[in-house]
Amino acid sequence: MEFLSSLGISEPVVQFALINAILGLSIYLTLFTGMFSLANAGFMAIGAFTGVIITQRLGLPLPIGVAGGMLMAGVIALPIGLPVLRLRDIYLAIATIGFGEVVRILILNFDPLVSGLIGMDVEITGGALGIKRIPKLTETWHLIIFLILISYFITRLHRSRFGRAMAAIRQDEKAAANMGIDTVYVKNVVFILSAMIAGGAGAWSGHLTRIISPGDFGFDKAVDILAFAVLGGTSTWVGPIVGGFVLTALPEVLRFADQFRGVINGLILMLVIVYVPGGLVNPAGIRRIFERLRGRKSPSAVPPTSTEAGSKA
Amino acid sequence: MLILQNVSRQFGGLAALANVNMTVPEGQVTGLIGPNGAGKTTLINNISGLDHPTGGTIRFRDVDISRQPPHKITALGIARTYQNIRLFGEMTALENLLIGQHGRGKATILESLVFAPRFRREEKTLRAHAFELLEQFGLQAAANTPAGALPYGDQRRLELARAIATHPHLILLDEPTAGMNPVETHQLGEQILRLRASGQTVLVIEHDMSLIQQVCDEIYVLNFGQIIAHGTHEALKRDPQVIQAYLGEDAEDGAA
Amino acid sequence: MNVTQQIINAIWLGSVYSLFSLGYALVFSVLGVLNLAHSAIFMWGAFIGLVSVLYFGFPVWLSVPVAMIGAGLLAVLLERVAFAPLRARGAPRISQLISSIGASILLVSVAQLIFQQLFGAQMLARFPLGSIPTDPIEGLPFNVTPIQVIILVVALVLMVLLQLLISRTRLGQRMRAVAFNTRTASLLGINVGGIFVFTFFLAGALAGAAGVLFGLAYNALTPFIGEAIALKGLTVIVLGGLGNIQGALIGGFVVAGLEVFSIAAGGSNYRDAIVFSLLFLILLVRPQGLVGQKEGTRA
Repeated sequence: MEFLSSLGISEPVVQFALINAILGLSIYLTLFTGMFSLANAGFMAIGAFTGVIITQRLGLPLPIGVAGGMLMAGVIALPIGLPVLRLRDIYLAIATIGFGEVVRILILNFDPLVSGLIGMDVEITGGALGIKRIPKLTETWHLIIFLILISYFITRLHRSRFGRAMAAIRQDEKAAANMGIDTVYVKNVVFILSAMIAGGAGAWSGHLTRIISPGDFGFDKAVDILAFAVLGGTSTWVGPIVGGFVLTALPEVLRFADQFRGVINGLILMLVIVYVPGGLVNPAGIRRIFERLRGRKSPSAVPPTSTEAGSKA
Repeated sequence: MLILQNVSRQFGGLAALANVNMTVPEGQVTGLIGPNGAGKTTLINNISGLDHPTGGTIRFRDVDISRQPPHKITALGIARTYQNIRLFGEMTALENLLIGQHGRGKATILESLVFAPRFRREEKTLRAHAFELLEQFGLQAAANTPAGALPYGDQRRLELARAIATHPHLILLDEPTAGMNPVETHQLGEQILRLRASGQTVLVIEHDMSLIQQVCDEIYVLNFGQIIAHGTHEALKRDPQVIQAYLGEDAEDGAA
Repeated sequence: MNVTQQIINAIWLGSVYSLFSLGYALVFSVLGVLNLAHSAIFMWGAFIGLVSVLYFGFPVWLSVPVAMIGAGLLAVLLERVAFAPLRARGAPRISQLISSIGASILLVSVAQLIFQQLFGAQMLARFPLGSIPTDPIEGLPFNVTPIQVIILVVALVLMVLLQLLISRTRLGQRMRAVAFNTRTASLLGINVGGIFVFTFFLAGALAGAAGVLFGLAYNALTPFIGEAIALKGLTVIVLGGLGNIQGALIGGFVVAGLEVFSIAAGGSNYRDAIVFSLLFLILLVRPQGLVGQKEGTRA
C-alpha cells in the first residue's frame, strides 16, 4: 500500500481500478463471442440507478442493491438482445450506441414520465442532477471478492461446452451453427451475462462515487469500457483486467493534469489498435515475438485476436 | 432419406435454384455435379440451414427442414464441410472436434461452475471420442496445434472429422477435393467409401470427375439452377445434354 | 403551432445535418468504414473558421472555404494516421471504428486545451457580434434570418456540386469504381490509395462546411458541438442506408424535421429519445435503410 501511494495510487484509485476491471470483463464476454456491443454503459447506468434506489430510497442493504442492479440489467438485456443481436459488426455497434443513448435519456426523464403516469410528483432518478448523497457503502474488499468471483465464473465458462461455443461463434458464426450450436441462444445468454456484470459494476460504483447522474453513463463511458478491453487485449480474460487497472492508474502515476486525460486516452486507443492489435496481454503475440527472437519462422496462419476477429464482415 | 421437392431459391430477380427435385437414398453416396455458378453451394446451404428456399420443401427422414435453423438440422443428423475450409482456426484440432460434439453434451453452465460429476464425466467422454477421431483420421500429432496452422491436407481431413463428430446420418461434402492432388483425391475417395461401408449416407458436390466416378452410386447434374439429368456415371457419360453442359466444357478437368 | 415556421426550421437545420452526414456516407460507401471522428472534424471546421475571422481578420464569408480546406486537410491526416495502417494490415472494419473513436477523443481533447488557452475555462467562443446578419427578414409570414437563408443556399450548392462531382467527372467515376469493388478498381489501374485520400478530404471539407455553418447559425462554439451531431448523423446515414449518398441527403432533412416537430409538440425532453428510437427501429426492421436495397445472402 505504501509503495502504491508513493506512486500516487490512493485507495479510491484502487477502487476505481477494480470497478473498471469488472467493466472490462463485462465487455470482454461479448467481444469474445464476436459481438461488438457498446451497450455496457447503458447497462451500468441501469445497475447503478437500480442499486442506489434499492439502498437509498428503499433502505435495503447493499448486497441486495447490487443483486437488484444486476438483475434489472439482465432483465432489460433480454428484450434488447433478441432483436439487436441479429445485427453484426458496425450495425450492431450503431444499434447499441442508440440503445445507450435511449437509456440515458429515459433515466433523465424518468421522474416526469412516471409522475405523469401515476398522476403525482415523484422523485426517483432525480433528472439531470441524478441522485446525490448516496451512502458510501462499497469497500475495497467487496470489489476484490466480486472481481474474483466474476473471474472464476469466466474461467469456468471457458472450460465448458458453452464457452467453446462462444469462441466458435466468434471465429465463424455460420460454421458454429452447422456444428449444432444454437447461436441465437448463446449470443443472448452472453449478452445478458455481460449486462449483469456491467449492472453489478454500476451498483458498486454508485455507492462509491456517492453521486450518480445520467450524464455519467453516456457514449464517453461506453468508449472507456471498450478502451479497457482494447488496451488489455481480449485473447484472455486477464487482458481487460489489466487494461482497466492500467488506464485507471496511468493518469495518477504519470501525474498529468486532468485536462490531458482525454489526449492520452485517445492516443492510447488509437496507438494500441494500430500498433498492438492484440492488446497488452496477448499470449499468442508474445509467443510470436519469442519465436522470432529464437529465429524460428512463425506459423503462416496467424490467428487474429478476438477484438480483431470479432468482426469478420 | 433426403428428399428435395421443387426447391427454389431466388435472389432478388435471380433464380439460383429453380424447382430442384432430388433424392438422396440412405446408405448411398450421391453426387452432385455442375459447372461453376450452377447453384451447387446454394443447394448445400439450403439443405444445411444457412439459407432457406423461397419455394418447395426439403424433407429429411420425414421431417420438413426447409425453414429450420442450422443447429436443429445438425441435431437431426446432417453435417457438412465447406468448399473453402471453415475450421475454427484459433482453436486446436482437438477443440474443433469438441465443438463438433456440441450437440451431444448436456451439462449446463451451472454444472461446469461447480465441477459437477456429470460435467466431468461428459468432458471425459467428449475428449475420448475426439481422440478416437483424431486417430481415425491420422491427426494425433496435430491434437494441440491451432487448426489454422495445420497443413492444408490436415485441415481438409480435420474438417471431415469435425463433421463426423456431430454424429450425422447424412454428410454433405462441398467440393472436398479442392486444392488436392490426384493421390490425395484418391485417398479421400477411399475414405468416403469406408464411410459408406460403415452405413453413412453421403452427398458429395464435386468438380473432379475422377472422385465422382470412384465413389458415387448415383449422380445429379445441376446447371443454371436446374437438375438437367441424373443417373449412374455410365449413363450420364452418354447423355448429350450433360456432355454439352458440363463434361464437354470441362473435358480436361474430368480427365484429371 | 405554426407549421410553416417549423418547416422552415427543419429545412435549414436539415441542410446542416445532410451536409454533415454526406461526409459520413461518402467515407462509408468508398472505404466501407464508419469514421466516428467525423464529428470531431466538424467541430474543428467550425473552430478553424472562427480562428480565421477572430485572429486573422478574414471576412466572415471567407471562413467557409477556409474551414473546408482546413477540415479537409485534417481529415486526410486522420486517414493517414488512424485508418491507412489498419487497412494495410487488412484489419477488420471494427478495428478501424475503434481507431476512429480514439482519434475523435484525441481531436476533441486537443481542441479543449486550445479553447481553454484562447477562450478561458468556459471554452465558449463566438464570431464577432454584428458580423452575422441575424435580424429576421421583414415582410414574411414566418421568422427566418438572412444567415439561415445563406446556410441553406451554401449547403444546397455544395450538395449539388458533390452530386456533379460523383456522377459527371472522371474522379467521381473512379470513386464509384472503388466503392463498388476495391480490388477490381485497382486492377483497372485506379490509384486506390489516392481515391481514399481524396474521399477523406472531400468528407472532411463537407464536415468543415457544416461545422462553420452550424457555428454561424448558433454562434456559440465549444469543443463539444460535435457530440450531438455525431449521433444524429449516425441516425441519418442509417435511415438513408449506410453508404448511400442520396439516402444521407434525404435522411438529414427527415431527422431534422422529426426533431423540430417533436420540440414543437412539447416534447423537447424526448426529441433525442425519438431520434434514437428511430435509429434503433430502422436497424431492426430495415438495416439496409429506407432507400437502400437488401444485401444478397452469401454463405
